Amino acid sequence: MGKIIKYVLYDILQNKIIIAYSLFLLLVSISFLSLENDSGKGTLSLLNIILIVLPLVSIVFSTIHFYNSYEFIELLIAQPLPRNKILLSEFLGVCIALLVGFAIGVGLPIVMLSFNQAGAMLLLSGALLTVVFTSLAFWASVITNDKAKGIGISLMLWFYFSLIYDGLVLMLLFTFGDYPLEKAVMVLTALNPVDLGRIMILLKLDASALMGYTGALYKNFFGSGYGTAIASAVMLVWAIVPLLLALRMFKQKDL
Amino acid sequence: MIQVNQLNKKFGSLHALKDVNVSFNTGQVVAVIGPNGSGKTTFIKCLLGMVLPDTGQILFDGQNIANNWNYRRHIGYMPQIGRYPDNMEVGQLFEMMKDIRTENNLAPITDTELLDSFEMEKINQKPMRTLSGGTRQKVSACLAFLFGPKVLILDEPTTGLDPLSAEILKAKIAREKTNNKLVLITSHILSDLDELVTDVLYIFEGDVLFYKPLQNLKTDTGEDKLSRAIAKIIQSGHKLTQA
Repeated sequence: MGKIIKYVLYDILQNKIIIAYSLFLLLVSISFLSLENDSGKGTLSLLNIILIVLPLVSIVFSTIHFYNSYEFIELLIAQPLPRNKILLSEFLGVCIALLVGFAIGVGLPIVMLSFNQAGAMLLLSGALLTVVFTSLAFWASVITNDKAKGIGISLMLWFYFSLIYDGLVLMLLFTFGDYPLEKAVMVLTALNPVDLGRIMILLKLDASALMGYTGALYKNFFGSGYGTAIASAVMLVWAIVPLLLALRMFKQKDL
Repeated sequence: MIQVNQLNKKFGSLHALKDVNVSFNTGQVVAVIGPNGSGKTTFIKCLLGMVLPDTGQILFDGQNIANNWNYRRHIGYMPQIGRYPDNMEVGQLFEMMKDIRTENNLAPITDTELLDSFEMEKINQKPMRTLSGGTRQKVSACLAFLFGPKVLILDEPTTGLDPLSAEILKAKIAREKTNNKLVLITSHILSDLDELVTDVLYIFEGDVLFYKPLQNLKTDTGEDKLSRAIAKIIQSGHKLTQA
């Protein structure tokens, strides 16, 4: 498996998108973290950018990469290699590349400029979000052979998790405002990895009410290390389930 | 060596393979022929596990190939259109394939005869995307023969090759035939097949119309050229459908 990952990584490094991505994140991180005097505020501003950019880049890049590697995958399928191994290697290769980009672009500045609990949590949830959206991208790419359709599905997933979902939750909260909804909201939050990532960081910042209604409620609900553990576990489920679905579909796919 | 039982494959409403039953043995060179879209490539891709049949099974040395991948070490496959990673250089591609086949740090035994005759080292540094269709075809051919497999599956091998290269490839196939290998070739250039093949498998709209030794085919039709024999059969087939 390591051999295939090596070639996937080599291929990714050939096009310079990951390098541009790292540099962009680095620029944003340094400017936010050094412009704000209060490191908490800097982390918070960075959080907003990361929650939008990270999932978007992860899902779109992974989807495009998958379709561009179609020839490579075809070539490998005729070789004595199990299909699972081929798809997993592709997945791990893309994940590693995106995570290294994230580590350089955000990890480095945070460790050097404002390393605290909230910063560490930002790194953890950022890394988890990268894996989750790469996993979703692979699922979307295996569903269809049509590149445009695949990218469309990926973008819809991103729109849904980043924008539409919060709107739906807010609508629900306003409509049923007279009822005790805390438990329901907690469950609803777990159904969106972006919200989960946001909450993991909010729990470490004293800014619970800043970032959307769902986040604020979650803070009241947990407010302890217990919450972080649960959120991370649910995020891992979000990373594993789409990948397993993708593996299963890939096994039955005609190439 | 390869046994195909009741193989069926549908793509939506298109019934690409209908109850295909054939078996192949070592020493055979089988021409898989039929009109465009008759299911030849689908059949080949089923043998390679690239397309998964709806029903039926394929046995390779007695083992079912469903969910099995190890048997592919014995197959060299030359696809109809060789598609390779654009950025990869020719030399890197060969290195990668060797790397993938290396087990327990034991490099695979390679047959570099074609690499030498096609003078591949001259284009080692070229990225795959800059290669012409014919050169790409040569790369595919080299890859198929590289690991000296027991079974060779060649999908339209000579299409796009210049006459000299086509001759080199045909000579190589002929040599492999004497090495007691099984070779499956699809081609529309029947004159290429005449000197090579021992048997003819004719697929028409997913059905196996006939599968018999070339010699029998020639005596049955009274023709001494494969192309004429096939033409005769197609004509009589049309008469049958018209009647």
